[in-house]
Amino acid sequence: MKKDWPLWEVFIRSKNGLHHKHVGSLHATDAQMAIENARDVYTRRSEGVSLWVVESKYITASSPNQTESLFEPADDKIYRHPTFYSLPDEVKNI
Amino acid sequence: MNAEQLEKTFQDKVDAEIRIEPRDWMPEAYRKTLIRQISQHAHSEIVGMLPEGNWITRAPSLRRKVALLAKVQDEAGHGLYLYSAAETLGVERETLIDEYLYGNAKYSSIFNYPTLNWADIGAIGWLVDGAAIMNQVPLCRCSYGPYARAMVRICKEESFHQRQGYEIMLTLCRGSEAQKAMAQDALNRWWWPSLMMFGPHDSDSPHSEQSMKWKIKRLSNDELRQRFVDVTVEQAHFLGIAIPDPDLRWNEERGHYDFGPINWAEFWDVVKGNGPCNRDRIRARRKAHEEGQWVRDAAMAYAEKRKARQTAAEAVASPTPVATYS
Repeated sequence: MKKDWPLWEVFIRSKNGLHHKHVGSLHATDAQMAIENARDVYTRRSEGVSLWVVESKYITASSPNQTESLFEPADDKIYRHPTFYSLPDEVKNI
Repeated sequence: MNAEQLEKTFQDKVDAEIRIEPRDWMPEAYRKTLIRQISQHAHSEIVGMLPEGNWITRAPSLRRKVALLAKVQDEAGHGLYLYSAAETLGVERETLIDEYLYGNAKYSSIFNYPTLNWADIGAIGWLVDGAAIMNQVPLCRCSYGPYARAMVRICKEESFHQRQGYEIMLTLCRGSEAQKAMAQDALNRWWWPSLMMFGPHDSDSPHSEQSMKWKIKRLSNDELRQRFVDVTVEQAHFLGIAIPDPDLRWNEERGHYDFGPINWAEFWDVVKGNGPCNRDRIRARRKAHEEGQWVRDAAMAYAEKRKARQTAAEAVASPTPVATYS
């Protein structure tokens, strides 16, 4: 029998108050082993206080081909930014 | 877009210092070059554990022992970061390991030299890790995102490796005559192989130009080697030991140290598998891999059994709900 261990993506919260951030991947038989391996591989120098692991096959990613249709519409909507609105200098605290 | 346009868009991104990420279009040759380079790098980290692991049980003090253990564990970690970066290019870990253990994949030839005594652990940390850092720092800006990010982590950790090596050398050089002689002997044996770590001269390195254009490589082999010589010579002076090169001298005009010719015949011989330890190294790695197979199989079987049990238990605890109407 030869069966490769599945691939897991690893996310670390470096300290409370911050988001978990993707750091890389590793192989493990199950979630518990993935957490233990992630501890050994990615947090040998106090890099985090919390770990997330998720099997890579469950991640759905947007395709680079969709970049234009997904993200470019935001580029011409400058009225979504505060600097779009011109107010006189005399107005304070706004 | 046709292939030519895709290639142009790709090169424009690289030129504009926009990182290439796993799902982006990339030329097949770029992907292949990266897989080869990253996996060779990963294999080197893994095989690099062997010469140093040789001295863990014989470290002269507990302080040295914990440091060496941590360093060897880091090398394993570096290998894993790199395998994971290579896998983002669509290659399986198993395939990489197979090519390394049973195929033609290479690893850094430096690890085919033996560690004969404790001073070699100092020399490896100082020179081999020093040369590795010199090579790796520019790779933190490599055009391929996952490789560059792995290198950032690796470089942060390598600097402890080099400092612990230099500290070992310093302690020996400040010790008895015999200890200082050990340090000199280790430098004599590791100096030239360390210079070879930067690879052939630029004129004999056919892939370099393409790698530079793709910004996988930022500085040439000869530039990096020169930088290494310049900083290391000063460090040897501080230790009070001599670099084993009669041609080594400061060149005022160039602003660099000149150094003697490298024995490329030896380099290619080691690359081809005839170094002092090539056979031992590959034998040790194959043994570890093959004798660990049952452990990997058992762990997988156990995980599957547990999952099946859990699924069964959940089915009992919450049978399919029956719709109720009131």
